[in-house]
Amino acid sequence: MSFDHRHLLGIEPLSPAAITTILDLADQYVDLNRRDMKHSDALAGLTQINMFFENSTRTQASFELAGKRLGADVMNMAMQASSIKKGETLIDTALTLNAMHPDLLVVRHPHSGAVDLLAQKVNCAVLNAGDGRHEHPTQALLDALTIRRAKGRLHRLSIAICGDIAHSRVARSNILLLGKMENRVRLIGPPTLMPSGIGEFGVEVFDDMKEGLKDVDVVMMLRLQRERMDGGFIPSEREYYHRYGLDAEKLSHAKEDAIIMHPGPMNRGVEIDGELADDINRSVIQEQVEMGVAVRMAAMDLLARNLRARPKEVMV
Amino acid sequence: MTTTLLTNARLINPDSAEEAQGWLLIDQGRIAATGQDAPPKADRTVDCRGKCLAPGIVDIGVKVCEPGERHKESYRSAGRAAAAGGVTTMVTRPDTLPAIDNPETLEFVARRANEAAPVNVLPMAALTKGREGREMTEIGFLMDAGAVAFTDCDHVITSSKVFSRALTYARACGALVIAHPQEPGLSQGAAASSGKFASLRGLPAVTPMAERMGLDRDIALLEMTGARYHADQITTARALPALARAKRNRLDITAGTSIHHLTLNELDIADYRTFFKVKPPLRSEEDRQAVIEALRDGLIDIISSMHTPQDEESKRLPFEEAASGAVGLETLLPAALRLYHSGDLTLAELFRAMSLNPAKRLGLASGRLTEGAPADLVLFDPDAPFVLDRWKLNSKSKNTPFDGARMQGKVLATYVAGTPVFEAS
Repeated sequence: MSFDHRHLLGIEPLSPAAITTILDLADQYVDLNRRDMKHSDALAGLTQINMFFENSTRTQASFELAGKRLGADVMNMAMQASSIKKGETLIDTALTLNAMHPDLLVVRHPHSGAVDLLAQKVNCAVLNAGDGRHEHPTQALLDALTIRRAKGRLHRLSIAICGDIAHSRVARSNILLLGKMENRVRLIGPPTLMPSGIGEFGVEVFDDMKEGLKDVDVVMMLRLQRERMDGGFIPSEREYYHRYGLDAEKLSHAKEDAIIMHPGPMNRGVEIDGELADDINRSVIQEQVEMGVAVRMAAMDLLARNLRARPKEVMV
Repeated sequence: MTTTLLTNARLINPDSAEEAQGWLLIDQGRIAATGQDAPPKADRTVDCRGKCLAPGIVDIGVKVCEPGERHKESYRSAGRAAAAGGVTTMVTRPDTLPAIDNPETLEFVARRANEAAPVNVLPMAALTKGREGREMTEIGFLMDAGAVAFTDCDHVITSSKVFSRALTYARACGALVIAHPQEPGLSQGAAASSGKFASLRGLPAVTPMAERMGLDRDIALLEMTGARYHADQITTARALPALARAKRNRLDITAGTSIHHLTLNELDIADYRTFFKVKPPLRSEEDRQAVIEALRDGLIDIISSMHTPQDEESKRLPFEEAASGAVGLETLLPAALRLYHSGDLTLAELFRAMSLNPAKRLGLASGRLTEGAPADLVLFDPDAPFVLDRWKLNSKSKNTPFDGARMQGKVLATYVAGTPVFEAS
């Protein structure tokens, strides 16, 4: 097995072989999830805590379901409501939880690097469910699985990521993963929503949708993260939709069999046309949600195997 | 009164940019003579065993956390750190809690400093009340009370009207103003320098251009007011042409840079290591190289430690939330010697920037090895290797980016007015 990591903090440290290992196992869990009897004992006896310092319904539900299907005891903690408001630091929260002996800690945090910091302080395996603008590894993995199943391969594809790249951890993780698997990645968006130094990422950058979408195999739309913006990145929603919203006309520049993806939740009529999002011949957005559960099951299963193989650490 | 002779020393003279084997005679706390021939007789003789003897470091911009946060650094602990680091004069910052912005606070601080610290302490005062950028402080009274320069530290005075009036008034008093060149509209909330690294790490970042914009504005105000001005830290290549032009136009301007920007770059932040979070943020390697070159050419005048103590709590946070700053009094010299060992700068050039130039800018007689200058000296072995252990630092706060780093250069003894204040065991 070529996945020997203790945590899943990002795509950056993963090798192509490690990525393939996760995806192969996830394929098996897709089959399991489609059965009537959707239960495995891979995580039996283990405790999984979901700590979300930032609102999330979908990702949290996906992790919760993944843990439950593998037989883990799952606990959800909505961190905005609890001790953070009382002034407890992230490290103290981590140490408190650590003392309860969890095995898997799923963390989402509004600050980049916060999950790395937490992982240094606990004995269990930590999964990054999104940290600031840094990484969201399970999203990139579920996107990769969706692409691999739809296109039959995960290399030598031309993939466009469109929209608010600057504020998107989904984009970061996808750029890294798709690059590692040797795809051509194109980024399309207004220059105000492109991160600095983007020219050095080994990607092609476009500020025109039609040019950027030309002959691509995959169109990945991003949510326009309005809540993250200081204001003034784009003139208005309607101008954004006009220039960068995905509609049938713009999509016609992509390959005929190009698929449409979106990490959700969608702003219909802002970054994507509502009908297009529902077009079952083009849109794989529902599949992405399905793959999400399977990928998270695979990631947690692999981390748990590594956890069990490691000698027990003495807590200080 | 006794005389002390330091013999068999490698004398580093930044004034003449020369190095020579020789001796130095101390009489009544001052340098009485230096020479290379047969040494004179003295009451006490110290054999320097061929090690380097240089003028003690004058460090502009040291933060001592009195009043307000003595648990982070006191005058006693900072003074010990300075002595151990070869820093004979600490020029302290007013960004305390509350800010040092009135003569009463300044006098209190100066008294505490002189009782507690074994090295010279020269306080700076805030340029505006509360460092809020609205009303200027009592510059005249503060100078009478001993303020050697005026600065709001990392707070940029955004109102150009307020700043130009403060500069104009300061000029009439002959006061030196130290500013932090930065366009705050761009740098607000930034934790790193914009570019590939910051984007990969997902950190809010500031373009290096913000420094040049801040400097350009300040230079325009200098042309208007004719004030005496020092830029605390120039850290980017883009700001250098503006600085060179201002100097060519004979404005009364000097510039400093921090030891951290000279010896580290943004990649050292690696996986969100908060001890590497400083203000302005660490830059690209290209910027670092450009700043070294500017220092060699004399365009940048001064190297400072920008000593900024932070406790563990304020650093053990996600990178964006963590406090900025690093301690530097004890690591300034060994870190600067990295530039000597890499062949970038000579020892005389280093001490020009660490001792002579800051002393000159503040009108001090120290910072040189000339007759009559105060015998503020550092004796060091530039080659002695060691691995830095942050828990062995004298500072109360241990937030150094050099923890575990292999360094070369150890202070053997530090003299203030001819009296040893530190001797290596």
